[in-house]
Amino acid sequence: MLTLDGISYRYAGARRASLRDVSLELRDGEVLGLVGASEAGKTTLCLVASGLAPRAIGGQTVGRVLIDGTDVAAEPMHALAARVGIAFQSPTTQLSGVAATVYEEVAFGPTNLGLPRDEVIDRTARAIETLRITSLAARDPSRLSGGQMQLVAIAGLLAVGPPHFVLDEPTAQLDPAGTRLVADAVARLAADGASILIAEQKTDLLSGLCSRIVALDAGSVALSGDAAEVLADPRLRALGVAEPAVVRLARLARAAGIEPGRLTAEVSA
Amino acid sequence: MAVGGVVGPALLVAVAVILPAMSAGVLGRLLRTTLLLSLPIAISALLINVFFFPGGHTVLLRLGPITATAEGLAFAIQILTRILAISGAITLFYLTTDPRTLTIDLERRGVSPRVAFVANSSIQTVPAMLERANAITAAQRARGLDTEGSFLRRVRGIVPIVGPTILGSIAEVEERTMSLEARGFTRPGRRTLLWAPPDSGSQRLARWLLVLSVPLLIVMRAAGWLG
Repeated sequence: MLTLDGISYRYAGARRASLRDVSLELRDGEVLGLVGASEAGKTTLCLVASGLAPRAIGGQTVGRVLIDGTDVAAEPMHALAARVGIAFQSPTTQLSGVAATVYEEVAFGPTNLGLPRDEVIDRTARAIETLRITSLAARDPSRLSGGQMQLVAIAGLLAVGPPHFVLDEPTAQLDPAGTRLVADAVARLAADGASILIAEQKTDLLSGLCSRIVALDAGSVALSGDAAEVLADPRLRALGVAEPAVVRLARLARAAGIEPGRLTAEVSA
Repeated sequence: MAVGGVVGPALLVAVAVILPAMSAGVLGRLLRTTLLLSLPIAISALLINVFFFPGGHTVLLRLGPITATAEGLAFAIQILTRILAISGAITLFYLTTDPRTLTIDLERRGVSPRVAFVANSSIQTVPAMLERANAITAAQRARGLDTEGSFLRRVRGIVPIVGPTILGSIAEVEERTMSLEARGFTRPGRRTLLWAPPDSGSQRLARWLLVLSVPLLIVMRAAGWLG
């Protein structure tokens, strides 16, 4: 379980805190969605949850981040890599830049850990298979589409073997086809038992993936609970988060005097 | 005419540059690239030394107030062979060595993974930077930036292209660093190497012969056997 316990965080040189007294739990095998307007604190929360803030980027933190009961502050960064993996928005900056093939790119993490060669090969093969990118294995990673690159980046994290994943708007720079590829891959990761914290603006994607949703507003938790309930909460729009298409459709149907259940029945028919 | 110091570099070029280039099948490209690289500096070194060598007294040619001397010509030839030896060796390295293979081999031989990574990524970053610069140039042109025409116009057009190219690359560094951290890059100790570059017995022998020839050449030069 990944736990944020009363976390407040302020970037170096910033006057205001970007996160304020945030507490949440990412349970084992759970997909937890994180929504909020731009600058609500989603990326900051992802950095703190993965242990990169404040250690890699500076700043000040109050509170604790625990992974399976251990405070991340007590662990060196390289050890943390095997416990929580983080993917960012930009697919290009997540590539190592030194691998000639997708296979080598995915293997980059396990080789860094100094694992036996056979285990590196095994992990790499499994990650490639899980993300269904076998057809890309021999390709130059820098020549892939954005969606394919993001899959390679996630496969690279998976090969390191962390049980927890933090995905910071992994589809933000992708077209609909790339978004679909990544959404399917995240669903497969979740089905494999990984626990995933995913920050997203695209609530349609979250509605099919997450069991719970946390909405941030100005660095604080504004809404939290069951995914269907939070995504249907009318307060979500006031937080700058677009409701999923199904919720919008139901709202418009009600406003037009049509029972949403009837729409579903007619579409099914 | 004295040609002191010519034999050594010429010998080196023949043995350590020309022969390996022939064996690798890149002699034509090597000659073209080496000449292209060294021609501007070779021409200026030749002219300056032939006409302005301070210790020159044996006149070969008079052109108004300046004179070409035999001592200047000898010194220019000496400099030219050195330039060719250096640029030939660098070109041979560039034509025959894959940067990734080199860094993997360096790492296999005990060089720090970080040093190997920096060397490799620096080389790999160049095409990415060029691609970014091309995209920025196209974007700036679409917004009316004039990058053609007079010299001054071209100079004025550089700033709006170089600025975003460099700043964009710097901005990416932080995220790239964090991505590397997330994949255990900062772990101390050796990385697992998935493969080793092929290294035949003849290649090993050639390397050792070249290394051993260095003290030999120094001794020969000191003894005055190379002129």
